[in-house]
Amino acid sequence: MSRQLAHVDRVGVEERAAALGARSIKTTAKQQGIRLAVSMLDLTTLEGADTAGKVRQLCAKAVCPAPAMPEIPSVAAICVYPALVTVAREALAGSGVKTASVATGFPAGQVSLEAKLRDTEDAVAAGADEIDMVISREAFLAGDDLRVMREVSRIKDACGDAHLKVILETAELGSYDHVRHASMLAMEAGADFIKTSTGKAASGATPGVCLVMLEAIRDYLDRSGRIVGFKAAGGVSTSKAALHRLVMVKETLGDDWLTPERFRIGASSVLNDLLMQYAKTESGRYGRSEDFSRE
Amino acid sequence: MDRLPVRKTYKLWIGGAFVRSESGRSDTVGVFNIPRGSRKDVRDAVAAARRAAEPWAKRTAYNRGQILYRAAEALESRRAQLIAVLTDAGSDSSQAEAEVDAAVDVLLHYAGWTDKLQGVLGAINPVAAPFLSFSLPEPTGVVGVVAPDAPALLGLVAEVSPALAAGNTVVAILSESRPLAGLDLAEVLGVSDIPGGVVNLLSGRRGELVPALGAHRDLNAIVDASGEPALGTELDKLAAETIKRTSHHAAASSYELAVEDSLERLAAVTELKTAWHPVGA
Repeated sequence: MSRQLAHVDRVGVEERAAALGARSIKTTAKQQGIRLAVSMLDLTTLEGADTAGKVRQLCAKAVCPAPAMPEIPSVAAICVYPALVTVAREALAGSGVKTASVATGFPAGQVSLEAKLRDTEDAVAAGADEIDMVISREAFLAGDDLRVMREVSRIKDACGDAHLKVILETAELGSYDHVRHASMLAMEAGADFIKTSTGKAASGATPGVCLVMLEAIRDYLDRSGRIVGFKAAGGVSTSKAALHRLVMVKETLGDDWLTPERFRIGASSVLNDLLMQYAKTESGRYGRSEDFSRE
Repeated sequence: MDRLPVRKTYKLWIGGAFVRSESGRSDTVGVFNIPRGSRKDVRDAVAAARRAAEPWAKRTAYNRGQILYRAAEALESRRAQLIAVLTDAGSDSSQAEAEVDAAVDVLLHYAGWTDKLQGVLGAINPVAAPFLSFSLPEPTGVVGVVAPDAPALLGLVAEVSPALAAGNTVVAILSESRPLAGLDLAEVLGVSDIPGGVVNLLSGRRGELVPALGAHRDLNAIVDASGEPALGTELDKLAAETIKRTSHHAAASSYELAVEDSLERLAAVTELKTAWHPVGA
């Protein structure tokens, strides 16, 4: 595939994304939206300071985010570093919450393919249901599309039954044209999900980037008939932003994509905001963060 | 040649920025347009005050004193303008002068309290056990202020200053009938050294804003100088939901009245932390 794809209309994309964000979602629709958003969360902790204890606490919260509001569902998955997959898997056993692991030299991906494969195999062997890999931005930016695709497809093989989410790290790609192109490369190479960001870059799942990637998924589906999921990660820190992403998914790909099997939101701090906004719809009172556990 | 009249549009002061009401509504006071704040503006202001609370409390008492002193200097330099605003709102000129002077002096007075509060409210407690027990004052957190209608400027400054001196951040609802002095105060404090979000000033309908403020779960204390008993009762009920501290004052109408019970005003927005430290038997 060459880099001769049609250009992305930057102004048009941003206007459409902004227009979808202006939609008013209130009362029962807001409650439903919040419950849906919670069920699609990949609750994430990717810090150097992560410990087994912290991951266990986060897992408990993932299974039951708000004990006082039993109608709030469990989140979709917990996302951790490979070394903590075993801990997360034990803590989540029987809950239905999936264990996702980042791999392939996350977040920079500046290691050899062998190291990336080994990283992935370790995470899968430890029991990860889902693998979040990063593409080689270094190869992509140098124009070596073949290497990008080959890496994705080798990692996909190494995943076995585990789902593969491919992180494009859009903030480092430079333009919407590149985002669309990288999306196509990842999907052609076998990605089950394409994902915006690591959460470690300057920006992440901006509305424009999300729309470009969703449209790429739609076009790829039309062409190949294969369904690919989308994960918005990085910068989705408020309920409003989460609901905005839901609207974009619904309007671009339809209701079929409003399920955790096809759409995820990767975040950590957004969960408490979702819970706080949900409590506000129940009580009519503006909330405070200390009403909910940090982990 | 006649000039076209240039009419000022005042703004809310939230998080250090001068913003229109989120609701887009405005009212007219005399020839001025003033924003009519909404419940969401209250929410935004409390969120901004919460973000500003920790850094403000962490500053040294000496530095907070410097910043408040500088705010008093800024207020003094706008003396003539504020006197004109108060005169337009119906005060006679000697009254207006006295009120602005008193407001500056009150701010200065509380600026001096910042580094004395610990010495006065704190203590080493005499305990009959092998412990060193000591109490330290700490700021309550985010304090809501309901400003009185009269005196509009002095009444506001008298409630906001002690909360700031004690290390709290403030969300104040200005007088509904005479909001201009408070909105001008925002512009004065906005060019002083007070960090964004430490003081937030909202104009609008008291009946709409005050209950939203009182019900906000992230507010820690309310100082009510509205002088409306029904509003005070409603605030007490709302505050009880999250055990906010509430105090009700008559509007301070002179410098003397604003400072005579300084310590009570400061203590109303201060928590005492007591630590027991074992000492050798």
